[in-house]
Amino acid sequence: MDIPSKTVRELYRTMVVIRAFEEKVQDLYARGHIPGLAHLYIGEEAIAAGVCANLGDRDYITSTHRGHGHVIAKGALLKPMMAELYGKETGYCKGKGGSMHIADVNLGILGANGIAGGGLPIAVGAGLSCKMKYPGQVTVCFFGDASSNNGTFHESLNFAAVHKLPVIFVCENNGFGISVSQKQHQAIVDISVRAAGYNMPGITVDGNDVLSVYLSSAEAIERARQGEGPTLLEYKTYRWRGHHEGDPNQGGRYRTKEDIQAWVENCPIKRLEAYLTKNKVMTKKQMQAVWDEVEKEIDDSIEFAEQSPFPPLEEMFQDVLA
Amino acid sequence: MSRVITYAQALNEALAYCMEKDDSVFVMGEDVGRYGGIFQVTAGLQERFGVDRIMDTPISEAAFVGGAVGAAMTGMRPVVEIMFIDFITVAMDMVVNQMAKMHFMFGGRAKVPMVLRVNIGAGRGTAAQHSQSFHAIFQHIPGIKIAMPSTPYDAKGMLIEAIQDDNPVLFVEHKKIYIDKGEVPEEAYTVPLGKAKVVRPGKDITVVATLNMVAKALAVAEEMAGKGVDMEVIDLRSLCPLDREAVLASVRKTGTLITADEGCHTGNMGGELAATVAEQALDSLKAPIVRVSGPDTPVAFSPPLEQAFIPSEQDLKDAVNRVLEYL
Repeated sequence: MDIPSKTVRELYRTMVVIRAFEEKVQDLYARGHIPGLAHLYIGEEAIAAGVCANLGDRDYITSTHRGHGHVIAKGALLKPMMAELYGKETGYCKGKGGSMHIADVNLGILGANGIAGGGLPIAVGAGLSCKMKYPGQVTVCFFGDASSNNGTFHESLNFAAVHKLPVIFVCENNGFGISVSQKQHQAIVDISVRAAGYNMPGITVDGNDVLSVYLSSAEAIERARQGEGPTLLEYKTYRWRGHHEGDPNQGGRYRTKEDIQAWVENCPIKRLEAYLTKNKVMTKKQMQAVWDEVEKEIDDSIEFAEQSPFPPLEEMFQDVLA
Repeated sequence: MSRVITYAQALNEALAYCMEKDDSVFVMGEDVGRYGGIFQVTAGLQERFGVDRIMDTPISEAAFVGGAVGAAMTGMRPVVEIMFIDFITVAMDMVVNQMAKMHFMFGGRAKVPMVLRVNIGAGRGTAAQHSQSFHAIFQHIPGIKIAMPSTPYDAKGMLIEAIQDDNPVLFVEHKKIYIDKGEVPEEAYTVPLGKAKVVRPGKDITVVATLNMVAKALAVAEEMAGKGVDMEVIDLRSLCPLDREAVLASVRKTGTLITADEGCHTGNMGGELAATVAEQALDSLKAPIVRVSGPDTPVAFSPPLEQAFIPSEQDLKDAVNRVLEYL
């Protein structure tokens, strides 16, 4: 299947927004502007961009503690995103959720989730809603390699398979659960083999190739839309930064500089840029224009966040019960 | 039109009414379908509403409790049956970190209108993993309403109210009262969550009881009335919202407080009520507050040990006599 040029350009833009947003977050965090935890997605952008490009506003996603990329790709706006990271009243969650809990049900974003494996059953529930009430809509569930050892992974795949729910399980295998490598936490190499235990298709794809991500997820999403049930997709990738921005030496304690360097050279954005040039989809100048435009948008979001007030203390007592 | 039916039948009617009225309502849990639930609360509903709306789940509490959270966030109103409250522990993340937190954590951008039906109570010889009464644990988790109906009438009215509520509700039943009978209207009605009920007015001694302990408190009150002691019995009915005002009003009248709940002693709901009275009505007290509860032990299997665990009418009478020493 050929991917239309317009779509490829959109994929590129989405990846650039995620990368540029997070590079700014990295800097702001280092300078003490952003409190709490920041788990960056740099290096993994192709997955969120490629998968979410196949979704409409009414489809759902559940995300993880490393969720900025997913929610941006699903359509979240940068101003309330950044304001939420600052803990400001104008943020997506009025400053009460922070980086790990950005949600907007109207955009189908059922929340980033601070608990590893926490989003899997919730995706199953959203899948139930789709099946019962909104035929043709689907739910995409993002989770990591380490979450796939959690009981919720197995319970959720089993449940979704039994009921043929329109849920696409997207495992972002970045090779590490915090500091523990996949070799240390799993006896298998490809997590996709676990799909066999639930009688659903499971495939492993290069997660740094956005076009492969786009095509493989398109197929799984279409199957789900047709009522043919769930799929387990495994995308192999790598996080350039540490587990979070406070991780000593950006994860240097548990991986080698050579490994990191090799994956930096395997950058999903650079790979797409090479494709764009080779296939004459975009010129270098056009690509630079995307970066410039995006940088401006992000600068605006930072200004918005910085100028926004913190929530008043009474806000602490709001939204405990509906 | 009122007639006499069981507590389980009253719950069944509430479910049927809500499912009839709103196609967003569905039930899931272990053996709730053809089997009708192990306490027969969902009996006959699958025949009426189909396998998709009365859904037998795999034994996977995290998946179906979390599934209810996801379904509730996306427009459904799931009612989940947890076969015994003891099994909720395997879904604790879904209850504590997900169900109870979504609304607040997302700044009000998501609602989680779901009901988790659980049952507590010892007395069926089911030992330490099927007999616990740890409902008070959830009082410590903001973001969950906790309903505890003690009669068939309240069971029906409070379950309809819980299903229609926009919050997650932990609906606590007692396994020893499923076959108890009482007057229940045929038509639908609601009983508000968070409102205690004075089930027997009195002026001498306040007893605040939950579930199975309400009937025991009423029996003791009748017996004590013959001895010239006028007891006021309050059915607390909800742990959250907690009707502190109803308790304080009664304590200000009688100058006493006895709490009665089947949970273990430490961290029992009675401790919270005692602290509330100590903070806000200490000067009304004429006698020490007495908490009637289970002991701080797991529930034993052996019948005499199990019976000794369950707070009895005698335990309540002992508490009353202790308070009477000061009056």
